[in-house]
Amino acid sequence: MNKTLNQKAWFFVIPVLVLVAFNAIVPLMTVVNYSVQETFGNNQFFWSGLTWFQEILRSERFHASLQRQLIFTGSILAIEVPLGVMIALAMPRKGFWVSVCLVLMAMPLLIPWNVVGAMWNIFALPNIGLMGKMLNDWGFDYNYTRQVGDAWFTLILMDVWHWTSLVVLLAYAGLVSIPDAYYQAAKIDGASRWAVFRYIQLPKMKRVLTIAILLRFMDSFNIYTEPVVLTGGGPGNSTTLLSIDLVKIALGQFDLGPAAAMSLIYFLIILLLSWIFYTVMTRNEDQ
Amino acid sequence: MIRMRWLVPTFYILFLMLPIYWLVSMSFKTTNEILGAFTLWPQNPTLANYRTIFTDPSWYMGYVNSISYVTLNTVISVSAALPAAYAFSRYRFLGDKHLFFWLLTNRMAPAAVFALPFFQLYSAIGLFDTYLAVALAHTLFNVPLAVWILEGFMSGVPKQLDETAYIDGYSFWRFFTRIFIPTIKAGIGVAAFFCFMFSWVELLLAKTLTAVAAKPIAATMTKTASSSGYELGLLAAAGTLTIIPGAIVIYFVRNYIAKGFALGRV
Repeated sequence: MNKTLNQKAWFFVIPVLVLVAFNAIVPLMTVVNYSVQETFGNNQFFWSGLTWFQEILRSERFHASLQRQLIFTGSILAIEVPLGVMIALAMPRKGFWVSVCLVLMAMPLLIPWNVVGAMWNIFALPNIGLMGKMLNDWGFDYNYTRQVGDAWFTLILMDVWHWTSLVVLLAYAGLVSIPDAYYQAAKIDGASRWAVFRYIQLPKMKRVLTIAILLRFMDSFNIYTEPVVLTGGGPGNSTTLLSIDLVKIALGQFDLGPAAAMSLIYFLIILLLSWIFYTVMTRNEDQ
Repeated sequence: MIRMRWLVPTFYILFLMLPIYWLVSMSFKTTNEILGAFTLWPQNPTLANYRTIFTDPSWYMGYVNSISYVTLNTVISVSAALPAAYAFSRYRFLGDKHLFFWLLTNRMAPAAVFALPFFQLYSAIGLFDTYLAVALAHTLFNVPLAVWILEGFMSGVPKQLDETAYIDGYSFWRFFTRIFIPTIKAGIGVAAFFCFMFSWVELLLAKTLTAVAAKPIAATMTKTASSSGYELGLLAAAGTLTIIPGAIVIYFVRNYIAKGFALGRV
């Protein structure tokens, strides 16, 4: 659409600006303030320059949680995206069952995150949970509170359960926007099922899938509540992702300096990702 | 091949329903049954867990608190986002693209980064433990989201509508409230739904900013594990009740959910 140049449009933006500035800039300045100071209690602070940043960037603890974060995000993307597309392709196109599918599939998205964690916690308990008990009865030695591999398996399965529907909904929205004429043309040309997918459905889904992948990428980078309730970051530190580690340092040990420095590094990573997301989105819009 | 296709969504939905079933079934069991024997469905169905929740104010006030701040947040977010989204969809102005990007970064901001500074900020201005504190804090990610979704829907309305109205002698505000808002009411509904949803499911900030008076239900649930032993039945009942509001609102927006997740840009 052609937009007219109008500087008065700024007045429309003021309410949003005030709200978000209050919520984003003031807290962020607090964080910046902590990140360059050292305290010995009694509310006495000393300038410490960039030492906290150097300490965090060199600390093995930060590297370890960043690495776990990347493994987690990578695994859930590799599972959720193909699975979501597959389910969307198999969904009915019209009729009563469409609404049923959509409503049921969207259910996990609307459950409070700690309830998701608690639900999976009791679902996977080895002695009294449905999944845990079944797996043990079938001869697997499954205990997610003790064994690292099981904890990761449960964590990833929980995220797949929670968020695959997002990919399904988006892919489905892309699929239904394809006019019937495209399919008829493909039929006349004798196109194979694969060719239909590759040359008609996939290009039409490209845009929504970009949104899906990037939303999942960023939201999984921020994940906190579900793993905390499910595993508490354990056993040991094996499922301590970035957010969990940050909260442990900030609220658990009250090490404000390192926590603030880590917050800013974390925020810069997210900012970089957002920038990539924004560039991809707007480039698509221009086409 | 085509005939067996329905199996895929069916199995997927079954997989989605299993943990939910376990939660609901557990909420009808007694603590003894849960810890004593493994049963696929409640042998002696009991409503005791639900009775506890509906009679104990420390439980049911959690729901009242959650619904209060979520509603307040939805109203604030959508009303602030409406004019901004109109500006983004209709006009070019100095710094519009940078502003849009900056809003986006706040949607992506990790809540964990903001937990401690929010606590200090809202304590300092005397809003700690109020509905308003949580509602305002949640605008951090809901306002950008609402702006995005509304902007997407508004861009789908041809500009000729605005121009015709001005030629017919409508003032801006009369046009905006009488014509434009009714035209995009589906978009407003979707934006409100998403604000409701993300405020309803978020816990870290809500928990950090409340102590007693505005404590969300989801935070009340953590007390089952500490104060009164490990009451799984009660926890399950409370969890089941948190699913219901979502299930109700999702029915109304079922045809728009996907469009909303695509930020109005399908």
